[in-house]
Amino acid sequence: MELGFTNAAYVVAGVLFILSLGGLSSQESAKRAIWYGIVGMAIAVVATLVGPGAGLWPLSVILIGMGGAIGYVLATRVQMTQMPELVAAMHSLVGLAAVFVGINAHVEIGRVAAAFAEAGLPFPRAYDEAPEVATAAAAVVEQFRGFGTVVAKKIPVEITILQIELSLGIWIGAITFTGSVVAYGKLSGNSSLLPFKIDTAAKKLPGGHVLNAGAAAISALCLFWYLGSGSALALAILTVAALFIGYHLIMGIGGADMPVVVSMLNSYSGWAAAAIGFSLGNDLLIVVGALVGSSGAILSYIMCKAMNRSFVSVILGGFGGPVGEQMAVEGEQVAIDADGVANALNEADSVVIVPGYGMAVAQAQGAVADLTKKLRAKGKEVRFAIHPVAGRLPGHMNVLLAEAKVPYDIVLEMDEINDDFPDTDVVIVIGSNDIVNPAAQDDPNSPIAGMPVLEVWKAKQVFVSKRGQGTGYSGIENPLFFKDNTRMFYGDAKASLDTLLPKID
Amino acid sequence: MKIGAPKEVHEGEARVAITPESAGHLQKLGHEVFVEAGAGLAAGFTDEAYKAAGVEVMKTPAALFKMVDIVAKVRPPTETEAKRLVKGQTLISFFYPSSNEALMELVKSKGATAIAMDMVPRISRAQKMDALSSMANIAGYRAVIEAGNNFGRFFTGQVTAAGKVAPAKVLVVGAGVAGLAAIGTSTSLGAITYAFDVRPEVAEQIESMGAEFVFLEFEDSELPDGAETGGYAPPSSPEFQAKQLEKFRELAPDIDIVICTALIPNRPAPVLWTKDMVEAMKPGSVIVDLAAERGGNCELTKPEEKVVTDNNVTIIGYTDFPSRMSTQSSTLYGNNIRHMMADLTPEKDGVVVHDMEDDVIRGATITHEGEITWPPPPPKVAAIATQKKEKPKELTPEEKRAQEVAAFQAETKFQVGLLAVGGALLLLAGLFTPASFMQHFIVFTLACFVGFQVIWGVAHSLHTPLMAVTNAISSIIILGALLQIGSGSWLVILLAALSVFMAGVNIFGGFLVTRRMLAMFQKS
Repeated sequence: MELGFTNAAYVVAGVLFILSLGGLSSQESAKRAIWYGIVGMAIAVVATLVGPGAGLWPLSVILIGMGGAIGYVLATRVQMTQMPELVAAMHSLVGLAAVFVGINAHVEIGRVAAAFAEAGLPFPRAYDEAPEVATAAAAVVEQFRGFGTVVAKKIPVEITILQIELSLGIWIGAITFTGSVVAYGKLSGNSSLLPFKIDTAAKKLPGGHVLNAGAAAISALCLFWYLGSGSALALAILTVAALFIGYHLIMGIGGADMPVVVSMLNSYSGWAAAAIGFSLGNDLLIVVGALVGSSGAILSYIMCKAMNRSFVSVILGGFGGPVGEQMAVEGEQVAIDADGVANALNEADSVVIVPGYGMAVAQAQGAVADLTKKLRAKGKEVRFAIHPVAGRLPGHMNVLLAEAKVPYDIVLEMDEINDDFPDTDVVIVIGSNDIVNPAAQDDPNSPIAGMPVLEVWKAKQVFVSKRGQGTGYSGIENPLFFKDNTRMFYGDAKASLDTLLPKID
Repeated sequence: MKIGAPKEVHEGEARVAITPESAGHLQKLGHEVFVEAGAGLAAGFTDEAYKAAGVEVMKTPAALFKMVDIVAKVRPPTETEAKRLVKGQTLISFFYPSSNEALMELVKSKGATAIAMDMVPRISRAQKMDALSSMANIAGYRAVIEAGNNFGRFFTGQVTAAGKVAPAKVLVVGAGVAGLAAIGTSTSLGAITYAFDVRPEVAEQIESMGAEFVFLEFEDSELPDGAETGGYAPPSSPEFQAKQLEKFRELAPDIDIVICTALIPNRPAPVLWTKDMVEAMKPGSVIVDLAAERGGNCELTKPEEKVVTDNNVTIIGYTDFPSRMSTQSSTLYGNNIRHMMADLTPEKDGVVVHDMEDDVIRGATITHEGEITWPPPPPKVAAIATQKKEKPKELTPEEKRAQEVAAFQAETKFQVGLLAVGGALLLLAGLFTPASFMQHFIVFTLACFVGFQVIWGVAHSLHTPLMAVTNAISSIIILGALLQIGSGSWLVILLAALSVFMAGVNIFGGFLVTRRMLAMFQKS
C-alpha cells in the first residue's frame, strides 16, 4: 500500500507544480502560486523519504537542512541586481546533480549485474524465466533497495533503454553544468573563482562550431560504445565531451544574448531531470522535468522573437557578422548637464523612462524611483518602457523597478508604449543602448537590423544617461546618440540622478 | 571645357546664371569660366568682381557664344540666342519644354544639347540642383514682403500706448515650396497664418511651419496623393473643388492677405479665389498671386501687373519675384548650375560626361545629339515613397466567413498532419520499446503539453520570477538522489549525498528568491 501512497503524493505534487507555474499569469496570483510550489516540493520530498526505496533518511534530512541553510543565506543576501548570476549559478547545481544521479544509475546496473553473476544467474533477465530461476533471482533482488530493485527486474531491452536514458541525463546535465558556470562568469563579470578566464565578449576556440560538432559526434559514438559494452570509460568520455560542449557553446555567445542563454539553460536542466526520471522510472521527475524544460524553451523562444533573432543563431553564438557596410553615423554627441535635464523635466508634461542594464549596474533603481515619485507628485505623467530583452534576464527590469517600489501599472511593455513616443515630451534612457538603436530600423546592414526597438527618437527630447562615449555590450554604434533631439547626460547613472534630483522642484 | 553666361535679354530679368562665387567652384571642377560684359550688373556683381574671381569677360554675346562649349542661362533662350548655338554645344537654362516646342525644335536642328533646369527630377539626390525649388523659396518669401509693402497695417498684433492693433490674418493657398516659404515668412513677421493644400499629407509640414491647416471636411477616399505625381498636387475632382471654394468663401471676409501658390504641373493654374471672394474682402486687403504666369489662382489677377479693385483690394500679379531679389536668386541659381556641372563632370577634370543612364541628367536633358529626348522616361527612383493607403477592411460577412473557414481549414490540416506524423512515429517507437517505457513516455508527453499551455499565459514582467521558480522546481532531481542514497555502494552514497545537498541549496534558494521578488511587485 506504501507504493500507492507515494504515487498519490506525486500526483498532488505534480498538480501543485502546474498551478504554481500557471499562477504566474498575474502579479497578485503569483504570490499565492509560489506557495503551491513550496508545498508541492515538500510533499514530493517527504513522500519519497517515507516511501519505498529511500534509505539513510536521517542523512538525507541533515543534508537537505544544510543545503537549505546555505540556500537561505544566498537568497536573502543577494542583491536584486545580481539575480541573473544567482539563477545561472543555481542551474549549474541542478546540472551537476543530474550528472551524479546518472552516474549512480550506471554504478547500480554494474552492482546488480555483479550480484546476479555471483549467484550464477543471467542478467539482464530473460523474458520467460523458468520458475526456479525466478525464485533465485528474487532472492538476489532482496539484497537491493530502492533503485537497485527496479534495475534488478529489467529485461535486456529495458536495460538498453535505461542506458540511453541515463547517458542522455548525464549528457544534458553536464552541458547544463559547465554552461551555467560560464554564464555565471559572464554575467557577474567575475571569473576569479573559476579555473579559466571569462570575458563578456563572444569568444570561440579556433575551429568554432566544428569543435562543438566534433564533441557531439564523439558523444554519439561513446553512446553506442556504451550501449554495446557497458564500459565506464565510454560514459566518462561522453561526460567530458558534454562538459566541453557546455563550456564552449556558452563561451561563444555574447553578453547581450545572455537572457536567452539563461532561459535555455533553464530548459536544459529540466530536460536533464526528465531524462533522469525516465531512467529511474519516476513519474514526478518526468512531469516536472518536462514542465521546466518546456517553460524554458518557450521563454527562450519569446526572447529570440523579441530580438528578431533565430533561436539557432543565438545558440550557435555570435551575430553572424554584418552583411555589408554599416551606415556611417554623422553628427556629434552633444552633452548636457544636470541643470539642463532638470529644466526640461520641469517643463515636460509626459516623461518616459527607458531603463537598461546600465541602471542595474549602477544600482540606480532607487534614484529612478525617487525621480518618478517627484515627477508624479507634480502631476506629470511618468511611465516606464521596458524592452523584452532589457537587462540580462527576461523581466530583469521589472524586478529591479519593483524592488525600488515603482508601481507596476506604470511599467509598460514595448508594444504598449511604442506608439506613444511621438506625444512624449521627454524620454530618459538610463543605461540602455541596443534596444533604442534606430539602426535596427534604418540600416539593413546593421547586425541588429529588424530587431524591434523602442522608438524613443520620435519623442520631442531624449536624454541618454551613459557612462562614456563607448559603444554598448554588442559593440554597435548607436545613431540615436547623434540625433538632433538627443542630449547625452554622461556619468554613472546613480551619481547623475542624485545630482539631478534636488534640481527638480 | 569652357562655360559661359550671357547677359539675360528678357526685359526686367535681373538674374545671372554664374556668380563670381559659383565661378570659383566651376573652376575647381576644371572648367574655364566666361561671362558677357555687364551680365551680373543687375544682380549686383560687377565685371571687376568676375575678373577678380578669374572669370574672363567677353564684350558681346556673339563672342561669348562662339567661345564657350556650355552656355548657362536663366530664362529660356530667345530665338536669336538659340540660333547662335552650334553642334556639340550645351545649353543649360530654364526651358519649359511643354510650352516651348518650337524652340526645342530649333535647338535640336542646331545639333546642340539642351538641359532644362525645370526638368530636374524631384529625387533626393537632385535637390541640390532643383532650381524650381530654390526659386520658389525666394518667390514665397518675396510674395509676403510685397504683400506687406502694399498692406497698410502691421503683421503682428500689438498693444501700444496709442492703441491696440489686431494681427494680420494671412491665408496661403497651396503649400508647395513657395507656399511653405511664405508661411514661414508670414508667421515670423507675426501674422496669424492659415494655409490650405489639396494634399492632406502636407498638413504636418504646414503645422511645422507654424501655420494652421485649413481643414476640409471631405470623405473621399480618392483624396489626391502627391506622391504619385512627384510631390506636385494633382488635379482634384469637381466635388472637391466645390467644397474648397465654399470654404474659401467662408474665410474671405476675415482674411487680410492671400498668397496664392497653387499650380498643377503642365496645366493652367486653377481658379481658387473668385471675383465674389475678392469683393467680400475688407478694403486694404492684399492678394499676391504667384501663379499669375499661368493665369493666376485669383480670377481678377492680371499677369505682371498690380491692380486695385473697386473695393480697394490690391491684387499683385508679378511674375518676376525671384528677379526682384536678383542677388539672392542669382546666388542660389548659380549654385544649382554648378551642382549640375559637378554631376556632369564626375572626374572633376574639366571633361563633361553626358551620362544618359543617370536619372537626373537623363531627366533634365531635352535635346541631345540631334534628337529630342523629351519627355524623359520616369526616373528609376520614385521621388517620395507612395503613401500607404489603408487597405479596405470592410469585407462582406460572407467573405469574412469564407476567410475564417479557410484559415480554420488550413489550421486543421496543419494540426492533423502534425498529429498524424507524431502519432505514426510514436506507434513505430511503441513497436520496439517495452510497455514500462511507454507508460512513462505518455506522462512525459502530456507534461510537455501542459507546460507549453501554462507558460504562454505567464505575464511578461514575471519572466524573472518564472525563471527562478522553475529553477527551484527543477531541483526535483533530489528525488532521484534520495532513491539512490540507500544503495550499498559507497560511491553511489557519496554522489547521491552530494546531489541531495546541492538540490537542497537550490530548493530553498530558488523559492526564497522568488518570494522576495514577488513581494516587491505592488500596485500604485
